[in-house]
Amino acid sequence: MADIALEGISKKFGPNTALRGVDIDIKDGEFFVLLGQTGAGKTTTLRVIAGLEKPDTGRVMIEGQDATNWNAAERDVALVLQQYSLYPRLTVRGNLEFPLKSKTQNFTPEEINERVERAAETLQITRLLDRKVERLSGGEMQRVSIGRAIVRNPRVFLMDEPLSALDANLRDVLRVELKKLHHDLGATFVFVTHDQVEAMSMGDKIGVMNKGKLVQVGTPDEIYSKPLNTFVARSVGTPPMNLLDGKLEGDVAVIEAGGHRLPVNEPTAKDGQAVCFGIRPEDVVIAPDAPAKGRVFDVENHGVIKILTIEAGGEHIHATVSAQMKIGIDDPVNFGWKPEKVLFFDPQTGLNLGLS
Amino acid sequence: MAGVRTPRETWTNRTAIFAVFVALVIMLTPIYWIAATAFKPRNLATTIPPTVAFTPEVSPFVKLFTKRSQLREQPTQEEYDAAPWWEKMVFDGGEKVVRNRKTGEVRSSGYGDRFKNSLIVSIISTLVAVSMGTLTAYGFSRFKVKGEDDWLFFILSTRMLPPVVVAIPMFLMYRVVGLNDTHMGLIILYTAFNLSFAVWIMKGFIDEIPKEYEEAALVDGYTRMQAFFKVVLPEALTGMAATAVLCFITAWNEYAFALIMTNRNAQTAPPYIPSQVGSGLPDWTVIAAGTLLFLIPVAIFTFLLRNHLLRGMSFGAIRK
Repeated sequence: MADIALEGISKKFGPNTALRGVDIDIKDGEFFVLLGQTGAGKTTTLRVIAGLEKPDTGRVMIEGQDATNWNAAERDVALVLQQYSLYPRLTVRGNLEFPLKSKTQNFTPEEINERVERAAETLQITRLLDRKVERLSGGEMQRVSIGRAIVRNPRVFLMDEPLSALDANLRDVLRVELKKLHHDLGATFVFVTHDQVEAMSMGDKIGVMNKGKLVQVGTPDEIYSKPLNTFVARSVGTPPMNLLDGKLEGDVAVIEAGGHRLPVNEPTAKDGQAVCFGIRPEDVVIAPDAPAKGRVFDVENHGVIKILTIEAGGEHIHATVSAQMKIGIDDPVNFGWKPEKVLFFDPQTGLNLGLS
Repeated sequence: MAGVRTPRETWTNRTAIFAVFVALVIMLTPIYWIAATAFKPRNLATTIPPTVAFTPEVSPFVKLFTKRSQLREQPTQEEYDAAPWWEKMVFDGGEKVVRNRKTGEVRSSGYGDRFKNSLIVSIISTLVAVSMGTLTAYGFSRFKVKGEDDWLFFILSTRMLPPVVVAIPMFLMYRVVGLNDTHMGLIILYTAFNLSFAVWIMKGFIDEIPKEYEEAALVDGYTRMQAFFKVVLPEALTGMAATAVLCFITAWNEYAFALIMTNRNAQTAPPYIPSQVGSGLPDWTVIAAGTLLFLIPVAIFTFLLRNHLLRGMSFGAIRK
């Protein structure tokens, strides 16, 4: 098991810069999720850790040793990819044995067999062992792929969107299984995803990436409730956080659109300062005596909750309410917010004024 | 309803079958002609209209492999009776088999040696061209090569002029380095000739193999070379088979260079077979027999690799 540190990693591919000075500390045994859009540099970061890409600058430290120049085989990591992760032409058993048969490993045939059986049992794929991989379903393939990672008992598991190609139900099942696997093995996991639900539900720590930079690292709670800037604020949570431009006047937020005046607690911005107010949809309150007026633009029923889109002064504001609430499109509505939940961002830089 | 053909489909189907039939007739007629001639008696080989019904005989093949000379006088009855069956055939054709004066051994025509030369040169040059081509293509496909497009174009440009144009300079160069009339000389020539082709075809195939496969192997503790052999090569086999067939056919059929560069030791079959036309009256049955045998290796090779070839030609190496 190992902790990993990236120190000032930069990487260019021709004219495109993939990573710009990324620093990450991943603790031993941590489930670390890299979250970001396509092209944010998550996969490149993972490949740098795996030893498949050499960084232009910076160092990769594994267990305190400088591993920048180690090749992939020397790093003792395992990689699970979204697709093409199994060797074609081989059976499931052949795939699981493959890493154990490399020259860097010294396993007897009995040991290989035992490890394969154990991995197959863990992932409930014993009955598939003699099947060709071409004849597996997507979910089975990913299980085998994870199996191939665990047979070797590597120091670090690297996963590049392993669940993204699966259908929703299977994704939920495997998400739970992966989490359990992490718990049982106690190994370090680095998990790349663009899916914030995966990130929030699985990660011990989340690193939010944008345009080749690591924007914020924190626990899911920290990322959710104390986002460093508006980018992070909007990258987690469904629907995303509402951002409303306005001005602070003492203990009152004056929203530009519609001129609504809403109370705030302990403002972290200065009196009279232009502020971008952030409020999560679940902290928007719908009540007959609420101070702001709007109109229901859209209602999405999700079973347990309803997501309302409220139009107020030309802005769309999301609110989550109980599914019991009787409300329809075009109904007039009064809304407010929980004053203690409001976040204050700088409208120019997007930085969270409460954290600086 | 599924499975029921509409009249229109049936009509299309029949047209297709007819078109295939016509194409087959056009393509197979020359082969039939060669095969038929190879078993005809000499006097029926060039009749007009062509003789269709005849008693097949193997004398052309006997003549193909033996050195013969015109009979000045008929053999005595004893000589004729003492001769084995195949020698009688040569006597019947008005020729006699040339034997070594001292040992009495039958002297061979040299066709067997030419055939062997063809096999040696074609097989080795194909193996070398395909393996070098695959490695080169892998390099171009997986690594950043400075000026990659220019290099690839340069490689292809070696095929842009008719090979005969360089035949004389090549001949002079080969004479200086002593590669004239050697197997090695022809092998180098045919390898160089086929290499550009092999690189280009294999590049297409290897580009289609997801690099994730090798990367998984690299992470699993294999070296780049092991990953290449264990993961890439099995996937590339289809393409290599297709490339090999095409390279083999090119080398096997090559005529111009073989004619200029070789005469005795390393001469291949293509320049030899028509050379039989020149000595005395052309014996078309012998030429047909030589040609027929010459067709067999390519046919076998293509047949063995037919499954790969079919998939290879459609360029769908990997199921995505």
